Amino acid sequence: MSVKVSMKVNGKPVSAELEARTLLVTFIREQLRLTGTHVGCDTAQCGACTVLMNGKAIKSCSIVAMQAEGADILTIEGVAKPDGTLHPMQAAFKENHGLQCGFCTPGMVMNALDFAKSHPEPTEQEVRESLEGNLCRCTGYHNIVKSIMAGARAMGGKL
Amino acid sequence: MTASLIGARIQRKEDYRFLTGTGMYTDDVALPGQTYAAFVRSPHAHAKIRRISLDEAKASAGVLAVYTGADLAAAKVGGLPCGWLITDVNGQPMKEPPYPPLAQGKVRHVGERVAVVIAESLAQAKDAAELIEVDYEVLPAVVDPAKAKGAPAIHEAAPDNTCYVWALGDKAAVDGAFAKAAHVTKLDFINNRLIPNAIEPRAANATYSRAEESYTLYVASQNPHVERLLMTAFVLGLPENKVRVVAPDVGGGFGSKIYLYPEDVVVTWAAKRLNRPVKWTAERTESFVSDAHGRDHVTTAELALDKDGKFLAMRVRTTANLGAYLSTFASCIPTILYATLLAGQYTTPLIYCEVTAVFTNTTPVDAYRGAGRPEATYVVERLVETASREMKMDPAGIRRKNFIRQFPYQTPVALCYDTGNYDATLDAAMKMADVAGFKQRKEESLRRGKLRGLGYACYIEACGIAPSNVAGSLGARAGLFEAGEIRVHPTGTVTVFTGSHSHGQGHETTFAQVVADRLGLTMESVDIVHGDTSKVLFGMGTYGSRSIAVGGTAIVKALDKIVAKGKKIAAHLLEAADTDIEYDRGVFKVAGTDKQKTFGEVAFAAYVPHNYPLDKLEPGLNENAFYDPTNFTFPAGSYVCEVEVDRDTGATQIVAFTAVDDFGKVINPMIVEGQVHGGLAQGIGQALTEGCRYDNTGQLITGSFSDYAIPRAGDVPLFKLDMRETPCTHNPLGVKGCGEAGAIGAPAAVMNAITDALGVKDLPMPATAQTVWRSMHKAA
Repeated sequence: MSVKVSMKVNGKPVSAELEARTLLVTFIREQLRLTGTHVGCDTAQCGACTVLMNGKAIKSCSIVAMQAEGADILTIEGVAKPDGTLHPMQAAFKENHGLQCGFCTPGMVMNALDFAKSHPEPTEQEVRESLEGNLCRCTGYHNIVKSIMAGARAMGGKL
Repeated sequence: MTASLIGARIQRKEDYRFLTGTGMYTDDVALPGQTYAAFVRSPHAHAKIRRISLDEAKASAGVLAVYTGADLAAAKVGGLPCGWLITDVNGQPMKEPPYPPLAQGKVRHVGERVAVVIAESLAQAKDAAELIEVDYEVLPAVVDPAKAKGAPAIHEAAPDNTCYVWALGDKAAVDGAFAKAAHVTKLDFINNRLIPNAIEPRAANATYSRAEESYTLYVASQNPHVERLLMTAFVLGLPENKVRVVAPDVGGGFGSKIYLYPEDVVVTWAAKRLNRPVKWTAERTESFVSDAHGRDHVTTAELALDKDGKFLAMRVRTTANLGAYLSTFASCIPTILYATLLAGQYTTPLIYCEVTAVFTNTTPVDAYRGAGRPEATYVVERLVETASREMKMDPAGIRRKNFIRQFPYQTPVALCYDTGNYDATLDAAMKMADVAGFKQRKEESLRRGKLRGLGYACYIEACGIAPSNVAGSLGARAGLFEAGEIRVHPTGTVTVFTGSHSHGQGHETTFAQVVADRLGLTMESVDIVHGDTSKVLFGMGTYGSRSIAVGGTAIVKALDKIVAKGKKIAAHLLEAADTDIEYDRGVFKVAGTDKQKTFGEVAFAAYVPHNYPLDKLEPGLNENAFYDPTNFTFPAGSYVCEVEVDRDTGATQIVAFTAVDDFGKVINPMIVEGQVHGGLAQGIGQALTEGCRYDNTGQLITGSFSDYAIPRAGDVPLFKLDMRETPCTHNPLGVKGCGEAGAIGAPAAVMNAITDALGVKDLPMPATAQTVWRSMHKAA
């Protein structure tokens, strides 16, 4: 069974005919070829596929694309400024060496963006709790925690 | 003169693409005419295949082909080779049963590949895979290495399920020393099986060109040249010049992406058959059952001491689980990379280690971050700490009493340490961890109802693998050098090609620092290229913390050649003798004068050779080097872990973790610290959370992130790090390598701390809340 889905991705309207079972992450990666959103597991545990849907961090592997009908989706490709300047949260990850292999990074940044909106001055503990749904195997989280604390301060509660 | 880039905390060149979603991992590669593969895997740990019904799958929508082991056998596709031959105690070669890419009549572990479906879409491939019926005759399975010997044979070639029994050391002398010892400390333990779980699942995407009769394989690999060599020479029988292997951005490896895997072979073979690109990407569930696992040792270890706590001898018996098949480097991990490290940082004069390596009906086991060295460190450091408690000696004091202080030091287990300063790291770690204030903190914890414990681990590792001739004499079937190339462009910018591979380690930055510093260039003027056999001259790849020590040295050797040629060009331009030219970071100068040429001017002259000694010198500025190390490097360090255990729940919190490492010279401290953080988290994961479990029928019962707990952000603390620098004596950078240290030292430090808190001799890893709670209640 195929369905027509329409949504906004990184500010741009997109629509496609898809098999109804197509996951949002598959639509983003395979149809839109926005491959910055990653798939690291098949049980909604790792968070590498995190995107913002209507401003809220969700795991794009755990909903089908048609559940995002009419939604406003932001992926990692839409976070930096159009001229390429990094968003303060991205810059904080770079400055604090908050990434190594880079595979979990897009999900980490997207989750952090949502978190930082409501936590402009987060504590280490709050940041660690916010990362419950995002796995990293490279960094030991040390510099991710520092990055998010610095990025949140730089954002000042605004996306 | 600009400040040196060596030792500078330079932000990473590779970060921008990862932070903006513009990295290119294997699954991101989409080729024209792309098809997709889905593997049918065995649900049984041990079974005969009676029949495979493929008709329905072949007729399913979008299906292009279905292949089984029979198709590969008919096409004369070989089995996967093992890269290291171990010779057993009787001088016989280890047992090497065949490892077919797709099962041939029998399956030997859950997750073994039985068939592959290739279809127009991934969904179609998976749908069709569901339609394949396999009729199995289930056989009894063995998963526990200690029970492998008497169990039904897994391979005809190894009737007692034993791959080899191997030993190192003088058994009689060791037994003699034990007989005379004032004290013997003995521990029986299991070094728990771990599942690597790089966050990027393995993936492979192969394409074939009829016009060029050549293949290109994109694969999540740590060593593309090794992958190509093994696949072409041993499995597919293809000429290497017709196979290009590209390991693009790779999302972590930790050892699990060193090996040649069956899926890589199958998609490459099928790409030609179908004349279409074939892509396979592991689902995490597949990763759990098909990526090589790590560790899984059952060990009895003993330390003999005199009455003053001086170590007299060590005796270790280990049964190592190799899983169902010999993975690429499986055989050397519990032997060459394990027993040779049992001296640790100590002068123990006599060591004997016997290793029985067995096959079981489990996923193959191979190198995982540290590879043999974490297991050795666990043996040594748990023994030492336990001995100090039994003899009522200070655990730091007993270590100091036995530290090696004279270098070079020949251990009784084959290695020769070139340099080290173990007092320096232990002193620094104890100060940083405020060991002096521990007693007070322990009392304070007790008032809150918590048990506090402190544990040490003083580790050593052998990195920079390896002198090829030494490795060869020990059974390695490959060389272990590294290659580098410096290509200077006419305007003086540089592209560097390295056989090392970066999958998170930051080579694009660290190696650029080395080159930019030597040539007096900006970081922007130097690019590092790696991971593509069509671009890089050769490479043995990244594992064993060898990138900077071996790969970095190859680059330095190539730089030496660039500078030597540059001097000749400069001498001509400056009308001086070659021998009068001095070089320092981008400036060629006639000694004792102010006459000079910059690196850029020399490079330009090499490519626009109008005023150039063409009769004596070729134009151009491009040099290669291959570097084969003369010894291993020996990073070492001291870790202090402090834990609090909740008496009601058994939950353990790491309240402080201090790591002082000696990696020799450090190029980029920010990156090195990051490597330590990551290693520590994996080591803490082994100690506290990661418990791979099979049931007794061979089903992996920890087959997802819900059941197998790699550490989350809440499971680890902020780490306290420092470094001491004792430069390596036998490479020009003085570097040792840093990638595995954390994973090597942390498990013993954590377990020493928990056993200290509980006042028990030993506890199995992972020390989950349940394990600790049970121990407390058993003790009470």
